Amino acid sequence: MASNRTDNTVNALVLTGYGLNCDVETAHACELAGARARCVHINDVISGAVALDDFQIMVFIGGFSWGDDHGAGVIQAVRMKKNAGDKILKFIDSGNLVLGICNGFQTLVNLGLLPGFDDNYRHRSVALTHNDCGNFRDDWVHLQINQASPCVFTKGIDHLELPVRHGEGKLIADGPIIDRLVEQNQVVCRYATREGTPAQGRFPANPNGSMQDMAGICDPTGRVFGLMPHPEAFNHPSNHPDWPLIKQSSIGHAQADSLHTTGIRIFENAVKYLLQ
Amino acid sequence: MPHRLEIALKPELFDAEGAGIQSKAANYFNICPEAIRTVHIVTIDADLSPDQLETVRTEIFTNPVTQISDFQPLDLAFDWCIWVGYRPGVKDNAGHTAVEAMADVLGIGFGPEQGVYTSRRFCIRGGDLRRQDAEIIAKELLSNDIIQQVRVYSAEEWDPDTGVGIIIPKVRLDHTPTVTTIAIDSDQALQEISDARNLALNANDIPVIRKYFLEPEVQAERRAMGLQEPTDVELEYISQARSDHCNHNTFQGRFFYRDLETGHAETIDNLFKTFIEAPTRRLQEQKDWVVSVLWDNAGVGRFDENHYYVITGETHNSPSNMEAYGGAITGIVGVYRDPLGTGKGSRLIMGSYGFCVGDRDYTGELKPKLHPRRLLDGVIEGVRDGGNKSGIPTPFGQVTFHHGYMGKCLVFVTAVGMMPATVAGTPAEQKTTSPGELILMCGGRVGKDGIHGVTASSEIFSESTPAGHVQIGDPYTQKKMHDFLLQARDEGLIRFITDNGGGGLSSSVGESARFSGGCEVQLDCVPLKYAGLDQWEIWVSESQERMTVAVHPDDAARFFELSGKHAVESTVIGQYTDSGKLHITYEGETCAYINMDFLTRGFPQWEFEAQWSPPEMRGLHEPVLGEPSDYAELLKDLLARPNICSREWIIRQYDHEVQGTSVVKPLVGRDRDVNSDATVLRPVLSSERGLAFSQALLPFYSAIDAYDMTACTIDEAVRRLMAVGGDPEHIGGVDNFCWPNIQYDSKGNPDGKFKAAQLVRSCRALADTCLAFGIPLLSGKDSMYVDGHLPGAYGETHKLSALETMQFSATSVIADIDCCVTMDVKFPGDLLYVLGETKDELGASEYYDRFGYIGRNVPRAEPEAFLPMYRDLHRAVCRQLVTSVHGVYRGGLGVHLALCAMAGNLGLSADLDRIPAQQDLRADRLLFSETPGRFIAAVSPENRAEFESLLKNYPCRCIGEVTESPRLEGRWKGRSLISVPVTDLKSAWKQPFENLI
Repeated sequence: MASNRTDNTVNALVLTGYGLNCDVETAHACELAGARARCVHINDVISGAVALDDFQIMVFIGGFSWGDDHGAGVIQAVRMKKNAGDKILKFIDSGNLVLGICNGFQTLVNLGLLPGFDDNYRHRSVALTHNDCGNFRDDWVHLQINQASPCVFTKGIDHLELPVRHGEGKLIADGPIIDRLVEQNQVVCRYATREGTPAQGRFPANPNGSMQDMAGICDPTGRVFGLMPHPEAFNHPSNHPDWPLIKQSSIGHAQADSLHTTGIRIFENAVKYLLQ
Repeated sequence: MPHRLEIALKPELFDAEGAGIQSKAANYFNICPEAIRTVHIVTIDADLSPDQLETVRTEIFTNPVTQISDFQPLDLAFDWCIWVGYRPGVKDNAGHTAVEAMADVLGIGFGPEQGVYTSRRFCIRGGDLRRQDAEIIAKELLSNDIIQQVRVYSAEEWDPDTGVGIIIPKVRLDHTPTVTTIAIDSDQALQEISDARNLALNANDIPVIRKYFLEPEVQAERRAMGLQEPTDVELEYISQARSDHCNHNTFQGRFFYRDLETGHAETIDNLFKTFIEAPTRRLQEQKDWVVSVLWDNAGVGRFDENHYYVITGETHNSPSNMEAYGGAITGIVGVYRDPLGTGKGSRLIMGSYGFCVGDRDYTGELKPKLHPRRLLDGVIEGVRDGGNKSGIPTPFGQVTFHHGYMGKCLVFVTAVGMMPATVAGTPAEQKTTSPGELILMCGGRVGKDGIHGVTASSEIFSESTPAGHVQIGDPYTQKKMHDFLLQARDEGLIRFITDNGGGGLSSSVGESARFSGGCEVQLDCVPLKYAGLDQWEIWVSESQERMTVAVHPDDAARFFELSGKHAVESTVIGQYTDSGKLHITYEGETCAYINMDFLTRGFPQWEFEAQWSPPEMRGLHEPVLGEPSDYAELLKDLLARPNICSREWIIRQYDHEVQGTSVVKPLVGRDRDVNSDATVLRPVLSSERGLAFSQALLPFYSAIDAYDMTACTIDEAVRRLMAVGGDPEHIGGVDNFCWPNIQYDSKGNPDGKFKAAQLVRSCRALADTCLAFGIPLLSGKDSMYVDGHLPGAYGETHKLSALETMQFSATSVIADIDCCVTMDVKFPGDLLYVLGETKDELGASEYYDRFGYIGRNVPRAEPEAFLPMYRDLHRAVCRQLVTSVHGVYRGGLGVHLALCAMAGNLGLSADLDRIPAQQDLRADRLLFSETPGRFIAAVSPENRAEFESLLKNYPCRCIGEVTESPRLEGRWKGRSLISVPVTDLKSAWKQPFENLI
């Protein structure tokens, strides 16, 4: 189980620097979920000024690391692999959790932490490439969660709405890789229609043309999870686009709809898992 | 030996970039390639071993899942190949990150002689394509000759072994930096040098400058420093500081205003002081939430006890007009440095955009540098990359099309930041410099880019405008600097901070040294992009992504430690003093020595003749227009007009939710596809307080009277805030003027006096309206000279001036976001209200414009009369009595009722003759008049009595209800006037840009 925890506190490391930009809301999301969050610059991880041993969750956050100039997440992965690769592998090996969101997900696949087949966490076999629509896109998507997935972050959630905000989110890989991801239930969430049926590649329900509507995948242990949508950006009911309508429904109209499950559930599951 | 790596997607993968170019070629030029594949080229100008090359190829530049690559030209079939690379000295952001990554992976350093350059080539298939088609794609889609070079190859011309060759766009100046002294024997001599060197000194300033340098006391002091005649460093400094861009000479000018009809004449001494500063100071006394205005890079208002918000707005018109992408990204990234440089520094929380361009489908004879369509594509992408890559949401924006913007486009960029109320125990909004503190430059390096930017933007665009001031902003470098500086701020290391924008160091150091009373700058310490810059160039270069910071020597070590961690370059370039002198040296030799107070004394005020001829005198009159009968088609056509229709394609390219603060989004409603009135953020994530933001642009009304243009624009921005739940007691404003040249010249600017009168009237309206609404102007800027000379069919040129334009931005604080409301109608059975009286005010309306009329009855805002109703509407919103509120804006009630229905995917059934209106207003006038001060609201029936009683003192009537059946039904005197499915309206509204993503 997770290391160096002296009390009942779960410590989350939120990686920052070099053009990453979702640090404030990701730290906030961790705190809402009951963790103690600390924003740590990439160079403090590399130099050892901050030790990974002090944390149980490591979040690779969204942003444009190195401007995404040579492929999204590529240079971040190269730098982390060269300078902190062993530390990160040890962190995972110790039973801790790794979450990669958007640019963080792109970094995890480029590091090879995902899909992590056969205990190999250094092999790049999945890519997140340019959206088929040819442009950056900000929109809310419906996600169908695979209940059979070992992913510890999504336990008990069957459906989630989250915003996507990316230009390079199309997940592609060779056929056998895709088949194996599906077979091993490493496909954690898929883009779906408003009605909850698979998007089947159709834009805009599937915003980027991702193979098999894949929005997020995990490693075989379920402790390393990456996804393109942003759970930390659904940290308050008012983030949801239907909030003005739902709020009004609950005031003056009978058909009071419950406010949606927020993205914080993803973080809560992580904390819950670590406290078990 | 240099190396060229080519990278492409595996052939079986879809090339989204190529497909995008293919569809633009087809849509814009009717050139239809069969396929386009993109090759990314990385040219490495460094001696690397084969092993090192293979390492960077596989580790950095090639994704094994998706890409192929080779140090030989990739063998991709084509009929035409187009190579596009940057010109020397143009910012190559990807080249810079490649250097960082390679240095890291290889564990080596890159010297000044080494570098990495990125370029692209496009392999185009299509047997029918001719060379001229390939040239059009190359020049009109893929490159801009100001910043890029292009080569076009046919299949026969291509050598598969050498490919494009090795092209290294390295700057080599081979120049020894030299300080030149300038003779000031006579005014004329100085004027000639000013013209020859592009100093743009104002003729009236020249005697003042000469007088200073001829003063015996000054001469004696200069001799002691080894100086005699003024140096180019000194004159460039004066020129920058005295430019209209930096010094706002127009707004500080004296206006001799005369009404040609009444004969009334008056003199307005200083528009800024009279109409902006004085009202804002008055309001500041009444509004305790106004924290800091009228001096810093941005204005500061209180968000809550512990947080202040910071706002400013800018334009970046001239550079965008020449290189749309580069100009716009530089504009947005640049304006983000203003809040960062306000007080001791602010974190950026949002940005917004306003684009004004010519007709997107223009097919006329005039030949602008960039066609409006291409220009719009470029500015959209520039602001997209600048905002998204900075991690700052862009949740609001507007686009206005008008022929007048063909001469020069407008690119408004607005930035909002957030600072804690105190920093290390001191008020965050305060800052000063003191003698002994170090002057540091942080961020990017200095190159030739951006030299004479401010003086060029103070001129009318012409073929001879120097291209050197076009830059490409680098949000990555700036984001690193932003994170670094905020950490340094929180540790109390920053005494003063300001950005290097217009005028570069000359302006940032010059202004910050006024606080301490002097400075010494060692120009040879300033880090350069490449050697060979003259001293004056280092001093005035506008190279981006730089801040100037004052740091106490005791704090320097920690400051540099943090700077190193964040991979940001910081350099001590001098010290603040109290000597009263701006003292600049280069390698120990003095090259400038000027009294700090020189710029504040003795310069003559600019003077303008302003002559107002009222609309009647100019022959404007109402059109004789009979009533239409087909209202359904009319409404659909109005909804499809460029200035009304959906721009979802732009909005979704902008990350409007990063930072997790989004409450009211730019697109709302059932299908999340109709524009909200304003945006609301929850910038402090642990709080339920909201910050509302809106903007308005209504330049059309200037065709009749810029007074009304201004008043209506402000009223619209205010109503937009009210519609989402904004508090009428807290409205902050930002004015951004963009005006054509107002200096009369019988040949060059024959209507200059009229345009000057329009400016006076606009400023007066700004003061009147802001005082009436209680809006302090937190910030504002002006950009004059929105004119262009465009070539026509026969080589002749035409001067084209933009409409007199003022963008108004407004902010409000919402105590509890639970009160926020959106414009979509939500529940069938809700009652539909119209608030505010509709008048016969169709002058310069969208409806009249549909038929080519201007008219005369321009919409008139009456803020004193409107405000009480806004206050009571706000009470109704706070009590949650309304389920939907929407302002009535451009296009009038017809258009805006339709938008409310379209957003809710519900119907509306209304008796249009119940709409509160001036007597005997015909149905078409009622539906399409653009009278300000009006809202549409939906109210649940059980709240009817309370709502009506709250608003009983105002023109406010229930005109119908929201219906389940999605039709817009309007009755007139009991008979059906319009009945149209809401889906038809929506598809008409979406149709114009529906193929764009």
